[in-house]
Amino acid sequence: MRQFLALVVLLVLVGCGSTPTPTATPAASSMVTEEATPEVSAGTEEAATGLLATDWTCPEGYAGQTLSIYNWATYIGDQTVATFEALCDVTVEYSIYDSDESMISVLRNGNPGYDVAFPTDYAVSILIREGLLQPINQDLIPNLGNALDRYINLGFDPGNVYSIPYVGGTTGIAYNTEKFPDGITTWAQVFTAQDARVAWLENPRGMIGAALIQLGFNPNSTNPDEINQARDYLIENGGNVTVIAGDDGDAQLVQGIVDIAIEYGGDMFQQIADCACDTFAFANPVDGTILDVTSIVLLADAPNPTLAQVFMDFMSDPVVAAHNTNTIKYATPNRIAIEQGLINEDLLNSSAFNLSEAAQATAWYIADIGAEGEQLYADAWTEVTLNVGR
Amino acid sequence: MHTRLTDSTERRAHGFLLALPAIFWLGIFFLLPLLIVLGVSFLSRGSGGIPAVLPFTLQNYTYVLDTYNEVIVRSVWIALITTLICLLVGYPLAFFIRTRERDWVKQFALFLVILPFWTNFLVRTYSWRTILGPEGIINSALLDIGLLTEPLPMLNNQFAVIIGMVYAYIPFMTLPIYATVSKFDFRFLEAAHDLGANDWSAFWRVILPMTLPGVIAGCILVFIPSVGTFVISDLLGGPQDQMIGNWINTLYQGSGAHLPRGAALSIIMMLLLMFALLIYVFFGEKEGKR
Amino acid sequence: MATLTQTPTFTPDSRSLQGSLLIRRIGKAILWITPVFSYLFLWAPILLLILFSFNAGRGTFAWRGFTTQWYSNIFSGTLGAEARFSTELMLNALSNSLIVGVTSTLIATVIGTMVAISMTRGKFPGKRILDGLLFLPVVIPEITQGVSLAIFFRVIFEFIESITGARILPGVGTIIIGHVVFNVAFVAIIVRARMSNMNPRLEEAAGDLGATPWQTFYRVTLPLIMPGVIAGALLAFTLSLDDFVVTFFNKGVGSDTLPIFVYGMLKTSVTPEVNALSTLMLIFSTVLVGFSLFLQNRKD
Repeated sequence: MRQFLALVVLLVLVGCGSTPTPTATPAASSMVTEEATPEVSAGTEEAATGLLATDWTCPEGYAGQTLSIYNWATYIGDQTVATFEALCDVTVEYSIYDSDESMISVLRNGNPGYDVAFPTDYAVSILIREGLLQPINQDLIPNLGNALDRYINLGFDPGNVYSIPYVGGTTGIAYNTEKFPDGITTWAQVFTAQDARVAWLENPRGMIGAALIQLGFNPNSTNPDEINQARDYLIENGGNVTVIAGDDGDAQLVQGIVDIAIEYGGDMFQQIADCACDTFAFANPVDGTILDVTSIVLLADAPNPTLAQVFMDFMSDPVVAAHNTNTIKYATPNRIAIEQGLINEDLLNSSAFNLSEAAQATAWYIADIGAEGEQLYADAWTEVTLNVGR
Repeated sequence: MHTRLTDSTERRAHGFLLALPAIFWLGIFFLLPLLIVLGVSFLSRGSGGIPAVLPFTLQNYTYVLDTYNEVIVRSVWIALITTLICLLVGYPLAFFIRTRERDWVKQFALFLVILPFWTNFLVRTYSWRTILGPEGIINSALLDIGLLTEPLPMLNNQFAVIIGMVYAYIPFMTLPIYATVSKFDFRFLEAAHDLGANDWSAFWRVILPMTLPGVIAGCILVFIPSVGTFVISDLLGGPQDQMIGNWINTLYQGSGAHLPRGAALSIIMMLLLMFALLIYVFFGEKEGKR
Repeated sequence: MATLTQTPTFTPDSRSLQGSLLIRRIGKAILWITPVFSYLFLWAPILLLILFSFNAGRGTFAWRGFTTQWYSNIFSGTLGAEARFSTELMLNALSNSLIVGVTSTLIATVIGTMVAISMTRGKFPGKRILDGLLFLPVVIPEITQGVSLAIFFRVIFEFIESITGARILPGVGTIIIGHVVFNVAFVAIIVRARMSNMNPRLEEAAGDLGATPWQTFYRVTLPLIMPGVIAGALLAFTLSLDDFVVTFFNKGVGSDTLPIFVYGMLKTSVTPEVNALSTLMLIFSTVLVGFSLFLQNRKD
């Protein structure tokens, strides 16, 4: 043991270049910070001038407060947060997650201080069932009235007691058109393209659901036997899986690490717009596109629930909603924004807003199937993760 | 005036009082949490907001050993390979540094080993993606020359994880070995030669035994964090290269989180490492007695 | 050592001279080739990182021309394409890192030095157990320490809430507590190593000359162990600044440190600003190391 100690000592003495004055390190670092700060904050203000031209006004009395947002990556407009901060004179803390399941796990471990989150439909239902949300006061959110009827009063939250709609989207297949010049239109093609390098999505319900459809079962099955068959199907056809990506399969596709990525539509449309290239495409498969409606919810134990609801109202403002949807390329439920022509034409006519009839016919929503069903899927997914990609 | 007697009794009392803050801090914020994890590993999974409930069960252990046996074996395997490569690279490197004649060259050679250590660990690991990826430096160079027609798969596999780990842990091997080598008196070597030893036996019978403590310490210093890795396999590995650490993370806060199973997996990993440490202590003692 | 006293068993003619020369050549070659490759291996990623921080291409690894765009982005507040990667947040993360680093270093240095003195000078029952306890944080994987501490905080916070109704959230405080745990262990190891090289007679002499224990400590012990204390503090500060795992599990909302911030950038979007940011961090630490070397040389 003594040698060990001596070695660690050496590691240190050498690593630190022996004995400078004790204050050298902290002082030097704080010096740098102080120098950097003024320069940078000037720049921030400059950037902040690019705010959204909305006539939404913030109610009085929130100046100096803090709002904590828990959201998916690449899921909000560039100027949205800055505009909200400026209009309400508040600070926004922004954290991200990469799957509904991991977000739910974090909240189950005790809300660490988030005010609002952006769960998908079935996740809203799970959060309500487990008491992880608190009811909203619709009087604080007059802009809720801007939403299209078909996004209101949905099955996962009847009467919108806990949630307001944010955007609608799909989960489908993003691929490299050079590798697949004829295009991809079905899940079956992904599972059979054994020469390709594929990124699956860390979305247990969606992935197992897609396999259930291949086997002719209900994608929301709670039958253990069917779920196990789907598990085996995924393992058998997962030899081409290079990575099970959290929320970055789209980036791995664009970087050439994979040829196919199971992805959320808007994420891929953003990548295509960013790289300004025509070598990538996104398809809503005709054998079971997954539909979703993401909501904004008020979390239980939120440190600042009233400001959170002010934020929900802000997000439902037509100008803000249009900016969000134009940036993240998911369909907004905001009727006014669409009627006033605030949404980019291309986007409005793209598959982000319109599903082909063939895809529409087989499209499905993930349903909340209860705690026991959830555990079935979780265990099956563990097995899948442990065994794919060989 | 103090007499010897009171002085030493006083010192005894002081001795314990001085240790108290550390005992409290480590006891409450280190030992107690580990005991809680041990307790949780025998509980059942709760529903809703409660992660673990009674009754006591051994099921977590049977499930974890049954489901993750491959992951456990793989983690130990990858850690062993990493340790071996680090040793093969670190040993000559330490000697190289030791044998520099000018002091400033020696300092600089050491500095060059340590400086990469000072950049952010995550960024250093991530930059391997730039090198190993299908459109990375190596592949595009080889494709341009025409040596390859298809990019070599070097990312999201075991190769990438081992590269990343060797890269991250090589100073842990080099520095302890350097510490013993720097104390090594090269006159021993001359003596061995004078006594008729050739280079090979001089290495086996003189150099290696005298630097063995550094080698063993280096191996332990590399092996332990290697088994517990989760960032490197997360950033560079594919689904078949995830280690125990990745699954502990998943079971704590990923999809399908299951706290008691995560706790059981943690305990199993700790037992593994305790075993490795026991081997070290055993060898260390033997070394000391010789 | 024992090996040497028994060495005369070598026989000169047991191996041919030629074989011996070959081995020597191979040995020499290895001694030269391995270090060259090792240094290349150690430095290639870093040099590439610096190079690519000036690459005009975004999102790909191919070279698309020279630019300083990513550096100016860092300082103009448009760090990355997303709101959460603002310069403001990065500076906030930097300041969190410094707060955590300085605080945990101070606490750990004081506690660690105290326990090191007690271990080398004091005699009390249970010393061996304490020895083991001090050693454990060094050898237990970070992830185990991080997760177990997180579970502990959760249990404790819930307990406090159920009794007093007050809700405590994880944050900078919980991170500091976690960092002190591993830092105490390292500081104690280093200070003990320094003390074991120190002559205890010096302290006894001070006592004989009428110094109180406090005076002895302040005038004799402390100056003698100071280099160890400083080295320990510097190591603690470095470990704290670079720690990702323990922080990852014990952070709260708004308490992200710089490594956590960087991880967020790496995991979800490949922004070239990450390269620029790391280059700046590398320059910063090089300057720091150079500065400490300079100070050391000036003393000589």
